Amino acid sequence: MAKKSYSFYPGCSSQKAASSSNYQVSVDTMCKELDIELNEIPDWNCCSASIGYAGGGELPRLALSARNMALSEQAHGDQDIVATCAACWLATKETQERLHDDQGLLAETNQALAEAGLKLKNDKKIRHMVEVLIEDIGYQELGSHVKKPLEGLKIAGYVGCQTNRPFGIDGESFENPKYLDKMIETVGAEACDNYEKKVSCCGGALAFSEPEKSQALIKDIIESAYDNGADMIVTPCPVCQMNTEVYQDQINAKYGTKFKLPVVYYSTLLSVAYGKSAKEAALDGQIIRAKQLEDIAGK
Amino acid sequence: MSYNQDMIEKYRGNFLKEVTDNVEEGDWVKMCMQCGVCSGSCPLGPHWEHPPQEIFMMIRANKREEVLESTSMWMCTSCYNCIARCPRGLPITHIMHGLATYSQRLGLAPQNQPTQKFANLFWKNLVKKGRVNELKLGLSLYFMNGFGEGIKTSLKMKDIGLNMLKTKRMSPMEYFGGHGCKDIKGLHAILKKAEELENARIGKSGS
Ligand code: SF4
Ligand code: SF4
Ligand code: SF4
Ligand code: SF4
Repeated sequence: MAKKSYSFYPGCSSQKAASSSNYQVSVDTMCKELDIELNEIPDWNCCSASIGYAGGGELPRLALSARNMALSEQAHGDQDIVATCAACWLATKETQERLHDDQGLLAETNQALAEAGLKLKNDKKIRHMVEVLIEDIGYQELGSHVKKPLEGLKIAGYVGCQTNRPFGIDGESFENPKYLDKMIETVGAEACDNYEKKVSCCGGALAFSEPEKSQALIKDIIESAYDNGADMIVTPCPVCQMNTEVYQDQINAKYGTKFKLPVVYYSTLLSVAYGKSAKEAALDGQIIRAKQLEDIAGK
Repeated sequence: MSYNQDMIEKYRGNFLKEVTDNVEEGDWVKMCMQCGVCSGSCPLGPHWEHPPQEIFMMIRANKREEVLESTSMWMCTSCYNCIARCPRGLPITHIMHGLATYSQRLGLAPQNQPTQKFANLFWKNLVKKGRVNELKLGLSLYFMNGFGEGIKTSLKMKDIGLNMLKTKRMSPMEYFGGHGCKDIKGLHAILKKAEELENARIGKSGS
């Protein structure tokens, strides 16, 4: 397949030494194998996710994403924008939609952007990395690179909220999207078909501000994965990953549970299945080690 | 006169109109048919003073202060369950965010509400350099309830912090600088202009 090129919006959490820097490492590894070129948007800024609304009004928030989109048009005008973070993808895509539907807001946004010499056309698609994998690469091609099938592993695909609603992935349902399960099967592992908490919310940013209330949600998400016999959880979102991985000890202390379930990214799974080393797959970024994947990567 | 007083004068008992004119996506509120699906969708449902459907009813019933001073909107996790399910297609998530923004502008937002504080810290943090500094955000979050509380929370979060450090998913160097936009001046100019334009539209002067 010919090289595919995209304008890339990495987002704050993927930066070096930030909470999902490990996601970025495995994405880079995966993309290299699949001949996907990611061209970082020069000087991108934070999109304010879904929690910017206290300090920022509608227009300032739209302007944040609009700046990124305008910079992308300027630097790689012929390329779709791709994000790996669900919150970044959603915020940017919502901006695109809102400015498309409301020409008045678009005019105001452009007035603001002009302060920094920028202008937005708003004509390129905003896509999540999993859309690129599914739609532009395809399951068959994804599968053809597998060198070490992840046989014997049972994995719960935790889709979460924001990669699923309100936009979701084309052709998938809100209540039971199948694409993560299909990816799990593509790399030779078994998917938990009846994972009840697949699209449940983990609390998102409120895991910081309302830790106890959110941890009650997270507990159910992990418990359900165990109930379905999962060896690990896989997710497409850095916030989901962080929330379901790092609080397991606190949940154990509070509820007397014995959780120790690794939570990895789809890009981690693909990298390991593609025969990459533990380091290339960023397994060293797991707080709860994914021993089974380490063993496969070490073979 | 305060912005809040201005608005009270201007809308004199027509809170639905006030919301329609001033709240993000507020013109949708009149479309709600009170089916209650949204209220059953919020992950933190039991913790909402008034779930979304009730909020929409209260807006029509002119319960201005009760709505705007409520902690409810600050319980929204932005899960988009409601938007996916609402039979009338209301952008409920955005209306909740919009009501929160508006209550804050009016000076009516509940003080000491953790998410209200966190959301403000988040905005300040990102505006400063154009990108979020997770370490400083984390620290200011833990210390937002004062120093004593901060030490307690930090101790509770210590193990998580150590784990993040060990896996290189956090760096103490972030405290001294860290990531940011190069054209921060340009970004600030954009945000300033956007704020001015929005304030002019909603009749708010200064900030
Ligand atoms: S998701 Fe969060 S951290 Fe990432 S860019 Fe958007 S706001 Fe910044
Ligand atoms: S599951 Fe949690 S982190 Fe993931 S998108 Fe939903 S709220 Fe955000
Ligand atoms: S789901 Fe929609 S129509 Fe039903 S109560 Fe909620 S907002 Fe109103
Ligand atoms: S997005 Fe907010 S309002 Fe909608 S269901 Fe989720 S928590 Fe409730």
